[in-house]
Formats: sequence, structure tokens, C-alpha cells
Amino acid sequence: MNTADYRRTRRKNRRGVLVALIVALSAAFSLMAMPAMADEVNVDEYDNSIIGNVKLESVALEGVLLTISGGGYEVEVATDADGRWKVGVPDGDEFTVTLDENTLPEGIAVIDEVGDDDTPNVKEAMIGPSGSTVMNFFIGRGERNVTSFFDQFVERIVNGVNFGLMLGLAAIGISLVYGTTGLSNFAHAEMVTFGAVMALIVSVDLGWPVWIAIPLAVLLSAGFGWSLDAALWKPLRKKGVGIVQLMIVSIGLSLALRYTFQYFRGGGTEQLPGSDSPDIPLFGSVSLSQTNMISMVISIVVIVIFAWWLVKTKIGKATRAVSDNPSLAAASGIDVDQVVRVVWILAAAMAGLAGVLWAYFRPGIRWDMGAQILLLVFAAVTLGGLGTAFGALVGSIIVGVLVETSSLFIPSDLKYVGALGVLIIVLLFRPQGILGRKERIG
Amino acid sequence: MSSNDASAAPVQRAKTTGLHKGDIVPGVAKVDPIIIADGIRRTFGGLTAVNVDHVEIPRNAITALIGPNGAGKTTLFNLLTGFDKPDEGKWTFDGHSLAGMGAHKVAGLGQVRTFQLTKALGLLTVLENMKLGAKDQIGENIFRAMIPSLWRKQEAEIEERAIVLLKKFKLDTKSSDFAASLSGGQRKLLEMARALMSQPTLVMLDEPMAGVNPALTQSLLDHILDLKEEGMTVLFVEHDMHMVRHIADWVIVMAEGQVVAEGPPDEVMKNQAVIDAYLGSHQDVDLGIVTGRIEGELNTEAIELAAEVKHLDENIANRKETGK
Amino acid sequence: MDILQILSNTGSSLIAPATIGYALAALGLAMHFGFTGLLNMGMAAFMAIGAYGYAISILTFGFPWWGGMLVGVGGSLVFALILGIPTLRLRGDYLAIVTIAAAEVVRLLFLTTTFDKYTGSADGLSGYHESFRAFNPIPDGTYGFGPWEYNANGWWVRIFGITILALAAFILWAVMRSPWGRVIKGIREDEDAVRALGKNVFSYKLQSLMLGGVFGAMGGIIYALPASVNPGVYVTSLTFFVYTALLLGGAATIFGPIIGSVIFWGVQTLLSNLLPAMVNVGLLPFMTTTQSQTVRFILVGVALMLLVIYRPQGILGNKKELTFVK
Repeated sequence: MNTADYRRTRRKNRRGVLVALIVALSAAFSLMAMPAMADEVNVDEYDNSIIGNVKLESVALEGVLLTISGGGYEVEVATDADGRWKVGVPDGDEFTVTLDENTLPEGIAVIDEVGDDDTPNVKEAMIGPSGSTVMNFFIGRGERNVTSFFDQFVERIVNGVNFGLMLGLAAIGISLVYGTTGLSNFAHAEMVTFGAVMALIVSVDLGWPVWIAIPLAVLLSAGFGWSLDAALWKPLRKKGVGIVQLMIVSIGLSLALRYTFQYFRGGGTEQLPGSDSPDIPLFGSVSLSQTNMISMVISIVVIVIFAWWLVKTKIGKATRAVSDNPSLAAASGIDVDQVVRVVWILAAAMAGLAGVLWAYFRPGIRWDMGAQILLLVFAAVTLGGLGTAFGALVGSIIVGVLVETSSLFIPSDLKYVGALGVLIIVLLFRPQGILGRKERIG
Repeated sequence: MSSNDASAAPVQRAKTTGLHKGDIVPGVAKVDPIIIADGIRRTFGGLTAVNVDHVEIPRNAITALIGPNGAGKTTLFNLLTGFDKPDEGKWTFDGHSLAGMGAHKVAGLGQVRTFQLTKALGLLTVLENMKLGAKDQIGENIFRAMIPSLWRKQEAEIEERAIVLLKKFKLDTKSSDFAASLSGGQRKLLEMARALMSQPTLVMLDEPMAGVNPALTQSLLDHILDLKEEGMTVLFVEHDMHMVRHIADWVIVMAEGQVVAEGPPDEVMKNQAVIDAYLGSHQDVDLGIVTGRIEGELNTEAIELAAEVKHLDENIANRKETGK
Repeated sequence: MDILQILSNTGSSLIAPATIGYALAALGLAMHFGFTGLLNMGMAAFMAIGAYGYAISILTFGFPWWGGMLVGVGGSLVFALILGIPTLRLRGDYLAIVTIAAAEVVRLLFLTTTFDKYTGSADGLSGYHESFRAFNPIPDGTYGFGPWEYNANGWWVRIFGITILALAAFILWAVMRSPWGRVIKGIREDEDAVRALGKNVFSYKLQSLMLGGVFGAMGGIIYALPASVNPGVYVTSLTFFVYTALLLGGAATIFGPIIGSVIFWGVQTLLSNLLPAMVNVGLLPFMTTTQSQTVRFILVGVALMLLVIYRPQGILGNKKELTFVK
């Protein structure tokens, strides 16, 4: 089914009109046959029914094919001139209603209301006590080009690289912190959310332009990282708290911060300005939204600057030295505390930026948005080798591409499973990660 | 750190001699080897840590493994005891091939080791530490563990044996203390005593003297000599030349991963290859003096070396405090 | 503000199936983390496997209730093997990340619509009570007093749960005072030392993972026993909450996890009743009732941090016997 799949615009087109689709069905029609006047099927045979009405912006769509199946029963129905359909169905059971998008007019598609459903044209219907259920689909103007498997694959890879670069921003920070302090920081997820929430406050609540809001959010994140180090992590290091304890402290911090975000912003999803930017075709059938392109450019620029910083500057070299061997670094006169402070600031700033980009990628800002990708970030860091910044980047891109492409082969609600599964398998054969070094014993 | 101790000559016990066959060259065959290792190579990244063509460890003797830092002594130790896997090579212990065997199985065969950084199990009592050392315990099976009547009797026997050993190592008064409360030297003693609980045939000690209070040095040396008298074989890694001269029957010198010399201690110490490889630029300095275990005149170079050692020690100590 | 009702709800929560479920899972974590030093961050998966194993085998395969429990427990043993064999050789922090990832994989597999027929995907599972209730020896009626007044089924679930909890605590106590427990504690302190003494460390860790996993699975079953299996429960936060309960009581103790769970749920229930009531009578003018429900989770996080920093041995733990692996 992959080769003749449909590609839909990723971000749901809110101009889409809610259209009621009524399903009534006749058992006898084959897939090929266009039902002549099949707006009502099997309604006399069964007491229960599913009904619907297919319309686009209040214009009825005629001849749209729907398949209703469940409990061994399967029928097909087409809409009438008013866009209506109705099928009779046997007792009990749930039914799956599938709208055949091939029968919609050109440029029209079923729109994904939720944002994470790859097959919005398939819906579950349950017969209520009334014996009748109404089935609604969002129908709107959306790109519904028939895309070859190869094109889909390429597009997923492009998306995956974009997602991976964003993960990379978060992963590099986690990796640096781990390398220099030994802490697996679970609260990094909340540093990601922090950046997004700050951008939201500045751009939406205060109404400042986005180009000020985002850099300000990154700055605030940096300050957040600095204050976390100064108020919490540094005193704990001085106290000589063990790394396992530190890790559990970070879990506590993560919970506390996460619910603090929920406390102030509630449980809903909020959008940053510009999150519904139009798609721009690139090559073939591949297109990217404006924000995604900008996001990718920002990620790359930041990562390149970071790499330069890590390799060329004095403090960057010191950071690598501390990651490599803290006591040796301290012995050679490096101020480890200062390096750690810089690392926290940088890690938090990059996490904050990742949060903003993640807010555009998802899209939307939620109190637990950071926690949603924390495991992917850990997976990326572990894949690359804990404590190596460039390993974290490589791991992130692998995880990003894996997550995006895997939904071509496995159900989309399992796409994270693939990435996490690969993590476990890689650790089986190469526990030190892809770029990590094997540690000596003794 | 007064002049108690190891430099004042203790009662000298007889050295075991005639351990080798033929000319003394690196890798010489022994009359009765307990370990025979062949072609052992271990690399870390591009760095070859150990590259030993052939080496034999004589039975019922005390063999010292010496060499400068980074010579691969501890790595070889780890390889021989199954704590690390070589890239290639094979070796036998008491006729059993050990290549690819896990550390616990190696220990089960009677080849038991201690560690450079003492591994006393801090939150177990001294007595529990000792009892853990005993082999083939019935109650160590999870199902039998739930029925105390199955293991009570054996447990009592083990405890008896542990107490005898603790007395011998003068730790009996501490038996119900947490091991974490012991001093560094006492932990070394505990680790050795615990190893003996498993009734081994070969005892491998990784720097038994490191960090030991000079007051305890002599008793530790005596314990090691006793092991030989009780029929065990000892292989140890050590930096302290005094100790090596004093108790070792045979010395194997490693440098840059290879065995560069071996022989009875007095002969090895005169070997120019050893002086070059082992002492390197600090060849006039007795390391016993540098580490403060032995009183002696220090020349400028030795003072520098001592300062360096002290600095490193402090760093290690700091790291332990903050880094954990 | 109905103080009596609030106190009654709080009192009732002390022996609620959820509390018993947490206590069992916390006992499992005491085995893993407190005694063996295994940083298992995937306890939620063991609980999920117990609960789903129980519910699926009853609903899909028509097993009796005890058969369902055996399947749940068996599933957790299999999961412990699958999880343990590749990961138990890893360092502590790697283990934490891999177990948390594995738990997330398990949760997503139960949540996906792909296996909806068996798992009910997002709706979860319910309606598996018949068989368990048919075995209820208690005659119909309402028993108890004050906050602890339940019907026959309510008591049957609680009595069964407490019996299992007592059994688990006894087993843990019995194995930890044996030579087996000595090896386990030795591994927590330094596994290389134990290996050097000829013990098969890997096998012991696996045994520990399996035993604690069985406790976790039983916890999941008891948690789901009175009502339903809801996939929203088995998130990573569940593991963190159980850790909070464990550390509250004392990680390397037998009764600590139980007491910790009781306190955890007591305080949670108290706050979830008290705070909204206070908001309603205007005592907390700066928050809404919804916000007041969020506050208690913030407090869990803060409590976890403070516990680990200031009292890592928990309420019952020995000050000397700090339970944190290096």
C-alpha cells in the first residue's frame, strides 16, 4: 500500500470545513463498481445505522465512496447529490468507516484534526443506544498528490534530518553536562519546555515580535541554566552527592518544573506565531514549510558555531578536556567549576532553542512537550556515546530520520518504538555507543 | 612516618629458587608453571596495552610483576583473571584453558585476585565481607535461601573459618563494623583475608602495599609469605622495590606492554634493560623513598617526583570526594 | 469545607488497592535498587505487563482470575529476561536510560491501535471482574467502620492485596537475610569484588530483576483489580512516583517501601481533597481548583529532591547504610 499512498499537508489546514459524512451501505457492491444510487444501503435489513454527509465548505460532494466494515460485515456506499449516505449495520460491534480519497475532487482531502493521525480518512464508529451514529470527517483543501514511495521516503528523510537537528540541539547539551559532571539530567526535558514557554510568553502574552521573542527566550534559558547550576547543582557537587543521587534529584526537578508549567499554562496546547506557515516545494514532490526551513537553517548554524567553539576556543578545549578526564584537567590548571558553569549555560540555551523549534515542529506548546522527546534525546545521546558532543549529534540525526521514516513501515503510533528499539539493540552490540570509547577496567 | 618498618630488615625467610629451566630470558620456561600464557595482545583504540608472547608463572612461589606506569601490568592482571578480554591469545591455569572465561568462573577454579583500589564492600560488615568469600554456599541459591534450615549449618562453619582468619589478620575486633569504617590498610588486609576464604590455589594481588600505613606493611608482607608456606602461589603487582626484593622469588618486568626481563629479584635489579625501562629518567630514585615508606635522602629529581606523586594523589582524593 | 469527608477519603486511601499496588512495586524497586543497586527506571512496564497480562488473558482467552495472574507474573519474568540479558552488563546510568526506554516501548505497544482487539488501545480494558469476584468468600453486604467501609468486593480486593503484599515482604525479608542476600548487597557495593570471589554476578542481578519484577507485576495487577486497566497509568511518571514512595520509606529496608507508599497516597489524597476545598472557601485566592490539583505533583517533585539530598536513607533506613550506589 506504500506505493500509491497519499501525502497530506502535515499541518492541518484549519480552513478545512467540517463536513458530516453519512454512511449507509449496501453489502453487494464491489470496490470497482460505482454504486448507481447507493446513498442508502441495507437500511431495511438492519435496525442500526451509520449516517453521514460529505460536504466541502457547504457544497455537497457526490459520488464519494465509503467502506464500512466490522465484525465480518463489510459494505460500500456512495454519497448522493446532497452528499448524504446511510448504511444499515448489524447489532453490536464497532465499525471502521473508510473514505476513499480517490473519489474526492482534485485538491481536496480529508484533514487531520488532531495532528498526529496519518490516516484521517479512516475512523472508528460505535453504535450508540439510539441505534444510529453520525460519522464526521474534516474535508478541506489539502495537497493530496499521489506520491511515489521513493518521494515519500525522501521527504521523510528531509523531515527526519530536521527533527534530528532539533533533537541534536537538546542532545548536545545533555551530553556536555554528562561529560563534565557525570549527571544524566532528566530535567533537561523541562529546559526544552522552558525555552518554548518563554517564547510563548514574550511573543503571545506580551505581544512582542517573534524575532525578538525567540532570541530573548534563548537568553532567558541560558539564565535559567546558570541559575540552576548556581542554586542547585553546584552546591550538590560541593556536597559530594553521588551521581545516582544527582540523577534522582534531576528526576524530582523534572517533575516539579513540568507541573509548574502546567500550573501556569494549563493542560492545553498553545501556538507560537507563524506556526501555520505555507509549504514551499523544494524538488520533486518534496516540500517543507517556511518555519521548518528556517528551523533547519538555525539548527545548522548554531551547531556549526558550537562545533567551532568546542574545537577552537580555549574554553571549548577546556570543556573537552574536562569531559575527557576531570581530575587530569583540574591538575593541569583548568578551572573545572567555570567550565561546568559555561556548560550549563550553553546546554540550557541550546535546549531552550530546541524547545522553540520543537514547538514549531510538533506544532504547539504544552507543559509536557519536553518530556515527550526526552527519551528520544537520551536515545540519541546513548547511541552516539554518552559524553561525546559530536556523537550526540550523529545519534540525534539517526534517531530523527529513524522516527520519521519508520512510520512508512510500521503504524505511526509506534514510530518511537522503532527508535527506542534500535537504541536497545545498539547497546547490545556496542555499549559504548557509536562514537564512544570503550572504557578500560582498572 | 618514622623509621619503623620495612627498611629495618625483618626476619628473612628462605627464597624459593630453581624455578626456571635453561637460560633466563624473557618468557623462560618454568619447572612447574601454574599459569602459561601465549600471544596475549590487548589494544585500546590504537594503543597496545599488552603484547606478551609467552610467560609462565611458577607454582608455589611468590612472583612479582613490576614495570613503570602504563606498562600494562594491571591490564595483564585483568586479562588473566577474566576481567578483560584480550584481542587474541590463550592461557591456561592449572591445565585449564581460561581464554574467554568469565571472571567468576576463573575465580571458581581457585585463582582469586585483589584490586589496586581496594574493594572492601563498605556497607557490609567485616564479617559479612568474609563470609561472602566462601565458595559453594548452599544459601546462595535463591530458592534454598528461603529455607534457612538448609544453610544454617554451613553458615556456622563458614563463620568459624572467617573468625579464625580475622584473628590472624587482627581484624577480629572489627568484625561487626561496616567495612567502610576501616582504614585503608585494614581494608587491604580484609580484602586479602576475604580472598583467602575461597581457599584459592593462586592469589593475585594488585599493588597490595599501595596506600598502606607503614605500621601495617610488615604484617602484610608476613601474610604474603605465609601464603606461600601454606602451599599457595602468589602473583603480585608492586611499585615498591624494597618489598619486591624482600619477598619475591621471581620477578617479571613489563614495559610498554611486553615482558622485557625476568629472573630472581637480585639479578633482575641489575639488568640494564630493567633500569632503562622501569626507572626511566628517575633511575637514581628509590620509589620506596618517594612514596614516603622509606626514610632516605632525596635528591632534587626525587623531590620533584615526590611532589608530582603527591599532587596526583591529592587530585585522585579530590576526585573521589567530588566526582562520585 | 467538609473536613470529615476529607479525612475520611484520606483514611480510606491508606488501604486502597492503588496504595497496595504501589507498595508492591516499591518492594520490587527495593529489591532492584535498594538492595542490588540496579537503577531500574522501567518499573511501570512491569506493572503494565502484570495488569495487561491479567486482563487480556481473562477477556481474550477466558482464563480464570488466578490463571490471569499467573500470565501477568509469567509475562513479567519473560520481560525481565528480555530486558536483563542485554542491559545488566551496562553501567548504572546506561541501565536507567535503557530500562526507561524499554518501559516506554512496552507502554506504546499497549497503547497502539494496531493491537486494539486485545489491548483496547487508548480505552484500556475493563470488565474482567467476574471470575475474581466469584471467588469472593465474603458474603454480600457492607462491612467496616468510619472511612473503611466497603462492600464485599471492596474488602475482597483489599484483603487479597494485603495478603499478597505480606507474602512479598516476607519473601524479600527471607532472601535478604540469607547468603543470597549477602551476595546481592555485595553486588550493590562493588560488583567486581563479588565477581572476583567467584560469584556469577550477572545471574544474581537477573534473579534480582526477576524477583522484583514479579512484585511489580503483582502490584500492577492489584492496582487494576478493582476497576480497569488504563494505559494512561503506566507512564514514566509512575516509576518516578514509586521511587518517591520507596525513598520516602527507605530504599534498603523491607517495611520502608510499604510505609512510604502509604504516606505517599495518604498525602496525595489529603492534598487532592484539601486544596480544592481550600480554594473553594477562598483560602487560596491565588489559585484555581485545577491549579490546586497540579500543586500536589509539583510537591512530589520537590519532595523527591529534598529526600534524596537530605535524607537519602528514608524514614526507616539506617543513617550509616546509605543506599546509593557509587
